[in-house]
Amino acid sequence: MSQTDVNVLPGGNLFQNKISKEELETLKLEMNKKALLKRRSQTTGRIIANIAVAFVVLLPLLYAVSIAFMPSGELFSMDMNLVPEHPTLENFSSALTNVPLIRFILNSFLVAGLITLGQIISCSLSAFAFSFLDFKGKGVLFMIVMATMMVPGEATIISNYLTVGNWGMLDTYGVLIIPYLTSAMGIFLFRQFYMTFPMSLYESAKLDGCSNLKFILKILIPLTKSAIGAMAVYTFINAWNMYMWPLLVTGSDKMRTVQIGISMLNSVDSQSITLMIAGVVIIIIPSISIFIVGQKQLIKGMFSGAVKG
Amino acid sequence: MNKKVKAKGRFSPYVYLVPSLVIFAVFLFYPFAKTIYLSLFKTNKMGEAKIFYGIGNYADLLSSPSFWNSMKVTLIFAVIVVVGSMLLGLITAVLCNKAFPGIRFFSTAYALPMAIASSSAAMIFELMLHPAVGIVNKLLGLDINWLNDPNTALYCVAILTAWLNSGINFLYFSAGLGNIDDSIYERASVDGASGIQKFFSLTLPGLSPIMFYTLVVNIIQAFQSFGQIKILTEGGPNESTNVIVYSIYRDAFFNYKFGSASAQSVILFIIIMLITLVMFRIEKKGVKY
Repeated sequence: MSQTDVNVLPGGNLFQNKISKEELETLKLEMNKKALLKRRSQTTGRIIANIAVAFVVLLPLLYAVSIAFMPSGELFSMDMNLVPEHPTLENFSSALTNVPLIRFILNSFLVAGLITLGQIISCSLSAFAFSFLDFKGKGVLFMIVMATMMVPGEATIISNYLTVGNWGMLDTYGVLIIPYLTSAMGIFLFRQFYMTFPMSLYESAKLDGCSNLKFILKILIPLTKSAIGAMAVYTFINAWNMYMWPLLVTGSDKMRTVQIGISMLNSVDSQSITLMIAGVVIIIIPSISIFIVGQKQLIKGMFSGAVKG
Repeated sequence: MNKKVKAKGRFSPYVYLVPSLVIFAVFLFYPFAKTIYLSLFKTNKMGEAKIFYGIGNYADLLSSPSFWNSMKVTLIFAVIVVVGSMLLGLITAVLCNKAFPGIRFFSTAYALPMAIASSSAAMIFELMLHPAVGIVNKLLGLDINWLNDPNTALYCVAILTAWLNSGINFLYFSAGLGNIDDSIYERASVDGASGIQKFFSLTLPGLSPIMFYTLVVNIIQAFQSFGQIKILTEGGPNESTNVIVYSIYRDAFFNYKFGSASAQSVILFIIIMLITLVMFRIEKKGVKY
């Protein structure tokens, strides 16, 4: 933009332009010195306030990282020891060998990944039907789906546990994944996005001989990437962080997810606090990385859909 | 041929709903109904309904001091968590309201707690609150056994939960602040309004729609906190952190009182439903759009 402005200025070569620009700038600076000073001090104040608050918010994490690198002997002293004097990787390696942490991590990746994939599929199919198709009982069914958001997980968890126990499904991947393969929130989110498309989009695709399934795959999904991205980040993190259900239904190391597995490090003697914290740091890394990478996507998808509604 | 297409058209809408509806039916509607059913029975250790007990489980709960303690603890816990997490979310959102160098780093930092599991956070806090080596006692120069003292344990788990929930509140409030028209601030500045005046008479009213939604979500979430309590205090000491969800867990899976636990689940559901309905009623009257 400024490039073209410079070029179209009448009769000015580059040198002259530069001078006049600088002059203008100093003039402006002098004129607005007071205002600028005020604004600058405001910005500085804002940054200082942010650094202070961010330090408090991040303190638990910074502290955990610091302790994870600390030899366990160093922790047990009466002095202030926030930063390890002799940083070591030993805690990480013993966390990985003391409990089958790698196995827990793989389990969690598998469970959270499949839940995310399953929710995206089932929710886009349902949202498609609720947005583009006409059928008997559509309104009532949609209300019923939305009403499920009011039922807290604790109101169903006991019966669910008894049910899967009767089916002999305890301690399997299936029992960790299947109950979470759909979500009312996901259906709602996708429907919010689909409703912004005109009906004619669907009708013209139909006229061109496009089947419903093809319409979803070739048109809807590419058009709603931001909603899918938001949903994927949100669902994966929540599934990765699940606690109560896996605690109830997994009994063996083979099936345990990270959040349950890591609490096993908690029960061992207090000399191994540093080891436990190293384990916590290891399992926090995947969810934080996914959050940082997907944060923009998450905000875009969550809030643009909600606002349009 | 034509007939076939028509028939297919009549059934096909439902086909797309089958995956979701089956999951909801098996893992939500059925267990919910079963929970209500179980709450009317005395059960055996396998969780099978054995003796019809009517509203006996509810009556027993309402006359049990332990249940009322649970309700009291849950209420205190929820108030601290909701106020704390919304306040932190609001402060951080206001701090990131205007562009400044480093804003991306700070907004990621403020939203970050939402990516952290309650169990992981609980273990970090356990170390921070450790009586001998924890950073809290060292920084404050105190010697308090935070999690084993009935006077402090509840506040500790509540503050941890407020921290965990503040991340998503930051996102809600940031979105809310983004929706407030900048020009009203400029006009107020011209009229000589101070920053604090602007905050209370422009920012807060402008946030009221999202504030309301965030409040409902936060209350529901606070009522359902479990992992941090299981790991840090297990409802103790002296039941001082025995919130209703933990009490449900303990009654069902340690005491095998599935009937009583189910009754508590139903009560939890009713409380959450009532709060949601009341809040929506209030919203219709009070929130300024």
